[in-house]
Amino acid sequence: MSSEQDHLKETDTEARFEFKKEQNAAVKSDKGLTEEVIRMISEDKDEPDWMLERRLRALKQYHNMPMPTDWPGQPDLTELDVEEIVPYIRPDVDKREGVDDWTELPDEIKDTFDKLGIPEAEKNALSGVGAQYESEIVYQNMQDQWEEKGVIFMNMDRAVQEHPELVKEHFMTTCVPASDNKFAALHGAVWSGGSFVYVPEGVTVEMPVQAYFRMNSEGMGQFEHTLIIAEEGSEVHYIEGCSAPKYGVHNLHSGGVEVFVEEDAHVQYSTVQNWSKNTFNLNTKRAIVEENGTMEWISGSMGSKATMLYPCSILKGRGATDTHITIAFAGEGQDIDTGAKVYHNAPETKSTIESKSISKDGGRTNYRGLVHIADGAENSSTAVECDALMFDNESTSDTMPYMEIEESKVDVAHEATVGKIGDEDIFYLQSRGLDDDDAKKMIVAGFIEPITEELPIEYAVELNRLIELEMEGSLG
Amino acid sequence: MARLELSNLHAEVADGDEKILEGVNLEVKSGEIHALMGPNGSGKSTTAKVIAGHPAYEVTEGEVLLHLEEGEFGDEIEIDDDQRSWNILDLEPNERAALGIFLGFQYPAEIEGVTMTNFLRTALNAKIDEREELFEDEDADEDDEEDEGFETSPMEGPADEGEVGVAEFQQILQEKMEELDMDERFAQRYLNAGFSGGEKKQNEVLQAAILEPSIAVLDEIDSGLDIDRLQDVSNGINALRDEQGTGILQITHYQRILDYVEPDHVHVMLDGQIAKSGDASLAAELEDKGYDWVREEVYGTA
Repeated sequence: MSSEQDHLKETDTEARFEFKKEQNAAVKSDKGLTEEVIRMISEDKDEPDWMLERRLRALKQYHNMPMPTDWPGQPDLTELDVEEIVPYIRPDVDKREGVDDWTELPDEIKDTFDKLGIPEAEKNALSGVGAQYESEIVYQNMQDQWEEKGVIFMNMDRAVQEHPELVKEHFMTTCVPASDNKFAALHGAVWSGGSFVYVPEGVTVEMPVQAYFRMNSEGMGQFEHTLIIAEEGSEVHYIEGCSAPKYGVHNLHSGGVEVFVEEDAHVQYSTVQNWSKNTFNLNTKRAIVEENGTMEWISGSMGSKATMLYPCSILKGRGATDTHITIAFAGEGQDIDTGAKVYHNAPETKSTIESKSISKDGGRTNYRGLVHIADGAENSSTAVECDALMFDNESTSDTMPYMEIEESKVDVAHEATVGKIGDEDIFYLQSRGLDDDDAKKMIVAGFIEPITEELPIEYAVELNRLIELEMEGSLG
Repeated sequence: MARLELSNLHAEVADGDEKILEGVNLEVKSGEIHALMGPNGSGKSTTAKVIAGHPAYEVTEGEVLLHLEEGEFGDEIEIDDDQRSWNILDLEPNERAALGIFLGFQYPAEIEGVTMTNFLRTALNAKIDEREELFEDEDADEDDEEDEGFETSPMEGPADEGEVGVAEFQQILQEKMEELDMDERFAQRYLNAGFSGGEKKQNEVLQAAILEPSIAVLDEIDSGLDIDRLQDVSNGINALRDEQGTGILQITHYQRILDYVEPDHVHVMLDGQIAKSGDASLAAELEDKGYDWVREEVYGTA
């Protein structure tokens, strides 16, 4: 390892996230959203015609849809000018689909990921790591043993070329169609990179499959697409981390996630995101869960100027189960609007939503949830719990839990608590020797413990560290 | 040997003008047990909180002095002559803790998600760090900056130099819990969350046993305890004094605990002042006759 890399690893977490590299793009699109830009992206990716057509159709839908402005209490999106966003940057990597040997990466990209600790995680013999830099997956590694069992984990762009049937059938068709909302349409038009995960029938992938997304350039948009297909009786845990440094111009992250949980399958999707505080983070994430399938969404949303993110599970088959665990942290000038959506469309379906939010220095968090239990979904149950922790009187936290219950034979529970971080609690810890800051950190660490205990250790540590940094106000 | 000295202490509620302490004088030394008794509202708990630095109270007059002696914190920390007396009212609560003040709470906070083990190890190490800072030779080099690198995990990482590591701490904790007859599952439970009243009190004594204070102020540590638990807690308090030489200020309403923890001195607090002091027999007298006779004796009115 070079001495420069050694140096990078020694720098602290703040520097690791704020670290920016000179842009060295092979291909960079124009700003804005025109048919020419879309054609250029598709051509650069050498895509089949059907994908180009889907992109162009999504672009039309995007232009025909209004911005969402009529939601009660929604984040202010007026500063977001999509026409000023560069939707596509391909970094200068020789092999288009990314390299599978870390050492082949250009130094600038290696350095960035080194600082983020990605090689560390990789070294710990995790089953697979994909790393996306700007719009492209630049590194991908997957243990051979999983490939032998038929597990596919690859760059989404490459999956379009190599697994066209699977992609054609599942990509933005039944789960998240481009017509779903304005940002899903945008995503459908300009999507690039992301992960494709396919787990064949009956296969259990014991180690988490991991991806890391890094947005490095000023004024860009990142639109990775994640498509996970878990066939009958299979099991997989997909985990992603995301970050971006801060620039003077607004960035946009508008990812799309589609998960197909077939009969008796089990998918856990975990994400720890830390966007810079000028990023608009507007995503659509959805799972369709078949009979006796289980979907678990675990997410930590940090950073961003505004986040609108409501992972959704459609419980389509009898006995399908959904779990949502989310945590949001909003500091000064941030509006984190997250929650969960669950549609109970079959009998004996079950959902659990646990939402935790922390607001500080005038930040705002909002839990926006929708639980819909359809007529005929008898013996279904849902339990929603929202806990908000506020640091001061300037910060705000709202809870908007919508419940649409059309079936009477169901069990519905909702519980919400909002509290200011307790002076007595802080004093208690101080009287035991912790200073004011450490006391607050310990209380917050305890508050988010249900999330961290679900995550692999590297991510749990990272999440704790990010929250500590947020509390010190040291992340730009 | 340490000595805590309350001198003409006046205090009121910070955001009001309600006077609570009106000239408290009291002295507690290492190895002594003092019982502080008195009716509700006489200022006993406020005294405890003011000693520990609770932000809800403002001291308007008087001092709380802590006198330390050589060897107070073992051989590792050398106490210079000019650092032997501290007016602890100038210090943050955590700094007071580092100097050896411990407050056992009547109603301890419940902190979800923080295990007893994690909490106690963090507290112990925080205290060690803070002591180093308080007694630091100003010319000493500052090379012990905390390592913020990726390699050390805040959850399981190796201990920094001078800190108590996970394995070492487990052993300390296990021993202390055995002494107090506590279930070992306690260690993995969240701090006070869902603890019964008795478990909370036992936990306060456990914390004192681990943090090894010079002076422990125990605020109604006996309330809400059944007889078995009262004995466990009392044994813990006696061990603090006998094994660590802790000086104890025991706030209580009842004679009951004093049957197990025999006080060297008993003080009666009335209207924000120590109205009368005596030996253990005073507690028995109070049990018999209540507080009114003290009031009569001191103020000449009932």
